[in-house]
Amino acid sequence: MTTLGTSGLILNEKLMFEHSDPGRKGYSLPALDVPEVALPAHLVRDQVAGFPELSEVDVVRHFTRLSTWNYGVDSGFYPLGSCTMKYNPKINETVARLPGLAGSHPMTPEHLSQGALKLMYELQTALAEISGFSAVTLQPAAGAHGELAGMLMIRAWHEAQGNPRTKVLIPDTAHGTNPASATLCGYAVVPIASDGVLSAQTVAAHMDDEVAALMVTNPNTLGLFEAEIREICDIVHAKGGLVYCDGANLNALMGIARPGDMGIDVMHFNLHKTFATPHGGGGPGAGPVGVTEILAPFMPVPVVTSGASGYELHFERPQSIGRMRSFFGNFGVLVRAYAYIRTMGAAGLRHASEMAVLNANYVRARLEGTFHLPYLNRSLHEVVFSDRDLAGGCHTLDLAKRLIDYGYHPPTIYFPLVVKGAIMIEPTETESLETLDEFCEAMLAIAGEARDNPELLHAAPVRTRIRRLDETAAARNPRLKWGG
Amino acid sequence: MRYIPHTEEDIRQMLDVIGVDAVDDLFTGIPADVRLQRPMNLAPALAEGDLLREFKQLARQNATADSHLSFLGGGAYNHFIPAVIDQLVSRSEFYTAYTPYQPEISQGTLQAIFEYQTLICQLTGMDVANASMYDGASACAEAVLMTARATRRKKVLISAALHPEYRETVATYCRYLDIELVTIPFDANGCTDLSALEDVLDKDVAAMISGYPNFFGVIEDLAAQAPLVHRCGARLVAAVAEPIALGLLKSPGELGVDIVAGEGQSFGIPLAFGGPYLGFFAARQQDLRSMPGRLVGATHDKEGRRGFVLTLSTREQHIRREKATSNICSNEGLCALMATIYLSLMGKAGIREVAVQNLSKAEYARRAIAALDGFSLPFAGPVFNEFVVEASESVEAVLARLEQQDILGGIPLGRYFEGMANRFLVCVTEQNSKAEIDVLVAALAGGGQ
Repeated sequence: MTTLGTSGLILNEKLMFEHSDPGRKGYSLPALDVPEVALPAHLVRDQVAGFPELSEVDVVRHFTRLSTWNYGVDSGFYPLGSCTMKYNPKINETVARLPGLAGSHPMTPEHLSQGALKLMYELQTALAEISGFSAVTLQPAAGAHGELAGMLMIRAWHEAQGNPRTKVLIPDTAHGTNPASATLCGYAVVPIASDGVLSAQTVAAHMDDEVAALMVTNPNTLGLFEAEIREICDIVHAKGGLVYCDGANLNALMGIARPGDMGIDVMHFNLHKTFATPHGGGGPGAGPVGVTEILAPFMPVPVVTSGASGYELHFERPQSIGRMRSFFGNFGVLVRAYAYIRTMGAAGLRHASEMAVLNANYVRARLEGTFHLPYLNRSLHEVVFSDRDLAGGCHTLDLAKRLIDYGYHPPTIYFPLVVKGAIMIEPTETESLETLDEFCEAMLAIAGEARDNPELLHAAPVRTRIRRLDETAAARNPRLKWGG
Repeated sequence: MRYIPHTEEDIRQMLDVIGVDAVDDLFTGIPADVRLQRPMNLAPALAEGDLLREFKQLARQNATADSHLSFLGGGAYNHFIPAVIDQLVSRSEFYTAYTPYQPEISQGTLQAIFEYQTLICQLTGMDVANASMYDGASACAEAVLMTARATRRKKVLISAALHPEYRETVATYCRYLDIELVTIPFDANGCTDLSALEDVLDKDVAAMISGYPNFFGVIEDLAAQAPLVHRCGARLVAAVAEPIALGLLKSPGELGVDIVAGEGQSFGIPLAFGGPYLGFFAARQQDLRSMPGRLVGATHDKEGRRGFVLTLSTREQHIRREKATSNICSNEGLCALMATIYLSLMGKAGIREVAVQNLSKAEYARRAIAALDGFSLPFAGPVFNEFVVEASESVEAVLARLEQQDILGGIPLGRYFEGMANRFLVCVTEQNSKAEIDVLVAALAGGGQ
């Protein structure tokens, strides 16, 4: 077969420090038009030792070459499970750069920031409608930051009831951020076994008066809907607990079902997943949090409100958990997400979820005869295989690296932890039938290679600029900066 | 829908392969009683041209440095952003990539982060820097948690002159972790009160947190704080909200600081109404394994070629779960790239020159305002590019008058500090020409008439 992956002329590039040439400049500043001032000598440093000296051309070539060593959603298919690597619309980049939005200072008086505040208010309202919650805060900078905000609100609510409680229940399929966030709220984490989906019975067995909350992900990280969610929420509520939902997988549910209607009390959104804002090579994202009415008084300050004199930032909220960060949130990310929602509309968002689920099920149908599928329940937006049936002593990592040679970003691997050698595929709705077919052909071809010529997998990737890297050496003798 | 490629025929074909009749059959795992039985109530979808028009309309309702003369700082700064930065970060190999978990196809991001970590270490005088945090305030909160972990102590001292939103964020993060926060007052210079600090320091203290420069723009005497703090076995944390200052001021490392947490927005990142910004975080070697966040390290491939990987990840939540050093996952990678490009353009000479311009222009404005009737400077300490002004009338009236002349004159301090109803914080950067500063001064002077 003809693969996407091929070799071309890829340029080598040194570290910027290795290009530095004394006397070169890459900046321009106007001449100083006031008298130059000198600070007392004991306050002043020498020039920053080691800083580079480069021309503008040096810098542009440097980063352009580096960019060619990356693989983005615009390069090709990026089926990372639980990451929702959908296409990032270009108009969203354009509107985020409008000078009136990109140039707005966060300390500008509210009456001179009405456009920004209106956008935030409208986004809060839209996210509340999509999720079924009463109120939404846009302040958290990322999903994990939203989890922390949500769990702090849960703890603050319990404190207000007179007993903070001590434990949080977390199923074994959860993202690592869930237990880490619960710990930051002073809670002990109790992991619970789920066997694919969580049963109401299991939750009931663990639920007692010391459990502050259950943290679930729905659909969960196996791509399965937690079908007993309503009973589970009732059980937790009956014992005085609250239910947190990790909203990483909301892309399966838009217009179909709303976490707020299921009995869930708090959920964070990942705008960089469900709402098409770019991942930026690791960030920035945004992690707004939706809450039910009882938790709204605990939201971080400030809260954007709409009043008689326009949109306002509301600070006087005595029960608030406080601030999660400076200013109001990752506004530039919020702008992109709002543009996405306004472009899609209600029917468009529902269609996105439907096609995301269709794509995942299509990939599953094409691959399940060849790859081991540990859970047979109906998949939603993602599907998790294992490497059990991969021949030739090949493992998930080998498959992942071989996929790179074929021109694909690998799926999420070795997660969730409940599946040994997990291969977690989330195609998203923005991929066409042709792309999915080509990817499935590649997966099937690699399974064949594992059987007939496993060395191809063990050696992979071979078409990349560099080969597999020695991660053990990196950790044993950490070199975390140039010259150091 | 232009982002979704499926034709009716594609859908039919896919359903056949799956073996179901309709798309709705794929959702049978969701019980009917939790299904939404109506369309979501959202505004109608917009065509691209209409969307752009609507967003331009929103953008017009915000004041910016294009519409007004701006002297706003307070943790977000109006610095010049070279055109190169947006051109380069708009390469979608950078901005549409995920976290570099597959290093063979992520070397661009990884090498850039390695360079970023190096630049932050050089600038701060620290040994190690991570790949970024959310912003200055949350980086500062993470620093507080790290010192408590590293020292196994539960009391943290915070300067009252630290940015109030940083202090509030620290308080939120510590809310339920049994960490006692003690505020150290500032003195007549607007500096952390050293004798008050000395009085409170004891063997239970994990760390002292100071702004550098602090919220009032004043350059704290970290060299004097460090020995006091270290004598008790505690860590000194410098929170840097305006890192352009580090082009000129002694590096925190030279002054004995142990951890630097700061805000990198000044390095080429748009103001964007408060975010996304860039938390930077750097420390001494001794705290490496307690650090939060991702780290990139150099290594080599099978054939001996240099390459970069995420490393020491056993500190992180995806491996260590509830025992992780932080819950952070997504960071501010693209903003770190912007800062890396900014610093590589400015280089050794440029970071110095822009710092000197900020210092000189702020001093010019400060002297001119101090000479006006009805205005005075309450703090005597040396400042970088911000300073506090006291008015003889209400600040609201002063700032409202400036607004009439399209001037954003500063940040009122009454909302943050008791007894400061008549004070405001003025910021001057390289973006403010002498002529602009003169307009501000004239407008302030005009008020008394």
